[in-house]
Amino acid sequence: MKISALLATPSELTDTASSKCAVVLMTRIRLARNLAGHSFPGWAKEPQREDILARCREAVGATSAMKRSVNSPVADLSDLDKQILVERHLISRELSGTKRGAGIVINRDQTCSVMINEEDHLRIQVLRAGFQLKKAWSQIDAIDCEIEERLDYAFDPELGYLTACPTNLGTGMRASAMMHLPALVISSQMEKVVRAVNQLGMVVRGLFGEGSDASGSIFQISNQTTLGESEEAILKRLGSVLQSIVEHELNAREKLLEVDSGKLFDKIGRAYGILQNCHQLTSSEAMNLLSLLRLGIDLGLFPEASRAVTDRLLIEAQPGHIQAVGGLDLESAKRDALRAERMRLEFNDFARPDFSLHQKT
Amino acid sequence: MASPLKCDLCGKPATVHLTQIVNSKMHKVDLCEACAQAKGVTDPGGFSLADLLLKASMNPDASGAVEAGNSGAAVCPSCGFTPSDFKKHGRFGCPQCFRTFAGMVTPMLDSMHKGTRHVGKVPHRAIERRSLHDRLVELEAGLIAAIKAERYEDAARLRDELQQLRQPAASLDLTRNAAPASPPAATSSSAR
Repeated sequence: MKISALLATPSELTDTASSKCAVVLMTRIRLARNLAGHSFPGWAKEPQREDILARCREAVGATSAMKRSVNSPVADLSDLDKQILVERHLISRELSGTKRGAGIVINRDQTCSVMINEEDHLRIQVLRAGFQLKKAWSQIDAIDCEIEERLDYAFDPELGYLTACPTNLGTGMRASAMMHLPALVISSQMEKVVRAVNQLGMVVRGLFGEGSDASGSIFQISNQTTLGESEEAILKRLGSVLQSIVEHELNAREKLLEVDSGKLFDKIGRAYGILQNCHQLTSSEAMNLLSLLRLGIDLGLFPEASRAVTDRLLIEAQPGHIQAVGGLDLESAKRDALRAERMRLEFNDFARPDFSLHQKT
Repeated sequence: MASPLKCDLCGKPATVHLTQIVNSKMHKVDLCEACAQAKGVTDPGGFSLADLLLKASMNPDASGAVEAGNSGAAVCPSCGFTPSDFKKHGRFGCPQCFRTFAGMVTPMLDSMHKGTRHVGKVPHRAIERRSLHDRLVELEAGLIAAIKAERYEDAARLRDELQQLRQPAASLDLTRNAAPASPPAATSSSAR
């Protein structure tokens, strides 16, 4: 399968219908795995890396999960392809920057991707729309078992799966949820939440991991520790933290409606107006506006059917995706114009907000 | 009163103090204003305490972890990695490094993770395959030695065992099915 065909195929993130849990946009689990008896990618010499790449591509490509997949060295991908894969959370920025001896295998519906020779020999990832920790775990567990049939993993009975960085030892598992928390941001409670979540041994990051900003009020929450606890126990703990953040967000929304609904409706109404009429739109402004519209859908101001559009645009408003449509290396002003045009088109027949539901009589 | 705390990263007086409780273990990081800013500690977008703890544990002033490692083997025999490479990269060279530098790894884990022993998934198939491979190598060596020493009875026994092990799935499945069947029988007889 070719990368262009993959990007044109409906994907888990861009084309799923409304997720059951409005606050959790998607769930991801990744496993770090290495081959016994080989230097880690950051330390291995180039011929070793190439050898590991070839072996891993073959072994991963032979699994039933990857029957129809893109299986390619990173060096063969264009910059634009790589950017789009990063925007879809299928590969990391670090991997997209490697020149040689690294590879990717991504399945057709883009729920599963394997990065080869990133920080570890294998970084297996499963991604599902919505709040799906259990489903994601059973899927990745099966893929991991299948790969293990073909490759000898570096494993120690005491330390578990051996990884380049000691912070990933043990299960090698990082599970995360991408959460949409606009009410906690508007009511300035995010700092408090971050602190509480940190104290519970979980990490909060922006949309694209460490150091990225949280535009669109989208945050990633994941487990911090990987050793000394089973996968199920980590997922259970993370799940209950996520559940309580969901509750906090929903409470904050109730409170906003009660205390300051005028201000909230103003924000959502303006976002709607801008998306319908803008002519220049940066990706970060687009994220923020779409985030407000998504909140409006959650509050019942827009029909539920329009959720699929905003969720898809949250991915497709990003620079790489806009450039792919533009078909050439656009400069940023042109890109902003193209993005605005796209939004005007998408929101032309988008239902008007109906504020009557919340109006006090 | 306690003496002023020093920054775990640079040693300047610390003004930002982080405490995290994982299970019932308390982890502390002390930072100066500049390092806290640089690490995004004050930024609500979030930061990773694990990375900070990792760096703090590598700072020789903050803990003796690295020294303990130095007193052990200084070079990994498998990949040529040294403790100073770890200081530079924060990553190890190969799986073997965790044995080579065990003295350095163990104290690090205590502050980084919930426990120091793995309790999750185990790659059963890979382990099985490896022990089978090791057993085959052992038997082959034994067979050659037996033939050389003209111990033909031993050689015949070893040859039969090798043949059995080399029959893939079938023989393995038999032994695997047979194993769990016997213990329950034993417990029931001892209960009587």
